Amino acid sequence: MDNAPNAPSEVHIMSNISESKKEKAQSAINKKAAMGEDIDLSQFTRSAEEHPYRKDPSELNAATKSKMLEAGLMLDDPSQRTGTFIQMDNTPIHSSVKEEGVEVMPVSQAMKKHDWLADYYWKAVAVDTDKYTASVELGQNDGYFIRTLPGVKTNYPVQACLYLSKAKFAQNVHNIIIAEENSELHIITGCTTSLGNEPGMHMGVSEFYIKKGAKVTFTMIHSWNPEFAVRPRTAAIIEEDGLFLSNYVLMKPVNTIQMNPIARCNGKNATARFNSILVARPDSNIDVGSRVYLNAPGARTEIISRAITMGGNIVARGYIEGNAPGVKGHLECRGLILTEKGTIHAIPELKGNLAGIDLYHEAAVGKIAEEEVEYLMARGMTREQATATIVRGFLRVDIEGLPSMLNDELQRAVKTSENDFM
Amino acid sequence: MLEIKNLSVAVEGKKILHNVNLTIGTGETHVLLGPNGSGKTTLLMTIMGFPKYQVTDGNILFKGEDITKMPMDERARLGIGISFQRPPVVRGVKTKDMVMASMKDKSTPELVATLANKTDLTEFLERDINYGFSGGEIKRSEMMQLLAQKPDLALLDEPESGVDLENIALIGKLINELLEKDSPMHSRNSMGLIITHTGHILEYVNARNGYIMLDGTISCMGDPHEILTEIKACGYGQCAKCAFRSAHHV
Repeated sequence: MDNAPNAPSEVHIMSNISESKKEKAQSAINKKAAMGEDIDLSQFTRSAEEHPYRKDPSELNAATKSKMLEAGLMLDDPSQRTGTFIQMDNTPIHSSVKEEGVEVMPVSQAMKKHDWLADYYWKAVAVDTDKYTASVELGQNDGYFIRTLPGVKTNYPVQACLYLSKAKFAQNVHNIIIAEENSELHIITGCTTSLGNEPGMHMGVSEFYIKKGAKVTFTMIHSWNPEFAVRPRTAAIIEEDGLFLSNYVLMKPVNTIQMNPIARCNGKNATARFNSILVARPDSNIDVGSRVYLNAPGARTEIISRAITMGGNIVARGYIEGNAPGVKGHLECRGLILTEKGTIHAIPELKGNLAGIDLYHEAAVGKIAEEEVEYLMARGMTREQATATIVRGFLRVDIEGLPSMLNDELQRAVKTSENDFM
Repeated sequence: MLEIKNLSVAVEGKKILHNVNLTIGTGETHVLLGPNGSGKTTLLMTIMGFPKYQVTDGNILFKGEDITKMPMDERARLGIGISFQRPPVVRGVKTKDMVMASMKDKSTPELVATLANKTDLTEFLERDINYGFSGGEIKRSEMMQLLAQKPDLALLDEPESGVDLENIALIGKLINELLEKDSPMHSRNSMGLIITHTGHILEYVNARNGYIMLDGTISCMGDPHEILTEIKACGYGQCAKCAFRSAHHV
C-alpha cells in the first residue's frame, strides 16, 4: 500500500485543531523550557523547498541512504519492515505499509482520514509546555501517524525517518502513534541530516497512545552534526496491561539536545521502560531524562541510562513517581568519564505518594576502574583493548522485551558509532 | 622455569616482601603457605606484574628472560596466568568474552562450550563476569579462564577459599588438568604456584615443594604436606620462632 498524499505536502491542519490550542501555543511562544539552554528560534527559517514524492525510496541517492542507514533505515531491502515513512525537511517524501491493520502516513493525511484524530492532538503533551511545543503547534511541518488496529501484531518494525537537508532550517513535526487494544507495534526511527557542519534545528512532538493490552517498542537513533540543536517533546499514555518500551541511542556529535520524555502508566499493570545510550563528544551538551508516573495499581517501570563523555556535558535525569499501591520502579544511571574534560551529572529522583510502593535507584559516575582494566590485561589484553572491551560492555544494555532483530540493529548502531571514538 | 632472585617489593611505599628467592622448574607445582598478611598474594601479583607492586630490588626471570619490568599483558602473552582470589565484577563484559579473550585467536564457540561444560558454568557464559557469582562460581570461572589461556605458569591464589567440599574436588580436578598432572613430569610444560591458607586443596592436587611465608620472607621449605601437618599441630607462631632461631643461627 502506498500512501502518496493527494495534496501538497505542507498542509495546514490548523482547521482541525481548536482555537484554544492555538491561543495556548501563542501564549507560550517565548516560554523558556524548564531544562536545557535556551535556543533562539529566530536564527532558523521555517521554509524549505518541497521535495518530490518517492514511490520507491531506494531511488534516493547513495549518500542520503547511507545517512539514513546509519540511523536504522533500510531502504534498499525493506523486506524486514512493516512500513516506511520518510520526511525530508517539510515534506513527507514517502510513506507505505505492507501489512493489513497497520496505518503509516503523514499526520496531515491522517487528520483528513480520521475525524477523531484531533482528539489525540496535545492530549499527552501540553501544547504550552514551552516555546518548542508552541513552535510545533504554530508552524507544524507535518510528521508521521502510525497506528495498529485492535489485535494486530506487526511482524516487522515500521521505520520512520525525519531528515534535514537545508541549513539553518527548523523542522517542526508532530507525530501521533496509536496502538489499539491488544495490538503490538514496533517502530525504529532515525533522525538525521545530510548537513556536514552547518547548523539546523529539530523540534519534534511525539504522542503515544497505548491502549489496553497493547505493546509498543520505540527505538530511536539520532545522528546529527556538531552544530545541531534538538528539542524533542515526547509523552506516552499507557492503559491497562499496556507496555511502552523506549530505546534511545545518541552517539554521534550534536551541539545541544534536551529532552525528558514522559510516560503515564494510567492503567492497571501498565509498564514503561526507557533505555538510553548517550555519548557526548567535546562541545556537546546533552540533557536527557525520562519521567514515569505510576498512576495505577501494579504499574511498573525501569529507567536505565548509560552515559559516556569524551569531553562534552551530559545531564542524565530520571524521575519516577508512585501514585498507586503495588507499583514498582527501578532507576539506574551510570556514567563514564573517559577524558580529562567533560561532565556527567546524574539526577535520579524518586517520589512516593503513598505506602505500598517499591521504588529504588542506582547511580554511579566515574572513570573506568583500574582494577577492571588490570583484570582484563591479566588475560593478555593490552590496556587499549581492555579499555575498549569495558566501554563496549558498558554500552551493552540487554533490553527485555525488545525483539531480537531490533536488538541486533540497536547493537549494530552502537557498534558502528563505537568505531568512531574507540 | 621461573626464577625469583633476591626480590623485595613495596606497595605504596610500604615494604612487603624482603629478599625472596624461589625457583620453579618446568612441570613442577609449588605451594605457598602462610598466615594472612604475610605477603603471599603480593608475591603472586608481583610475578604477574600488577603496577601497584613495585619491585625495589631483585629480579624475576621467566623462560630465561628478565621480566621484572615487563608490563602485565606482555607477561600474560608470554605464558603467565593468574587465578584471582577476589576478581572484580565487570558489568557488561560477559563471562564468554573473558574466556574468548583468554583463548585469543584459538577461540571457537565449541571450545568455549566445552570449557563451560567442564567447569559447570554453561549457564554463566552470557552473564556479566563475576556479577552475582557465589564463591565457588568465581573460582570455577577463574579456572575456566586459565584453562582457556593455557599458561605455562599458573598462579593460583587460594583456589579453594569460599568453595564447598563438592566444588573443591572439581577445582582440584581442573587444577590437575591445567598443570598436566596426568602426564609424567618430564613431558609437562606447565608450572604452578598455589597459595593455600587452609591446605584443603592439597588433598586433591599433588605438590612436592612447599614454603611458608612469614612477614614477607620465605622462612621454611619442604614437603607441603609435612609443613601443613606441622602448622596444624603448632600453628604459625611456632614457625615464627623457628624462623627467628634460624635467622640468629645464621
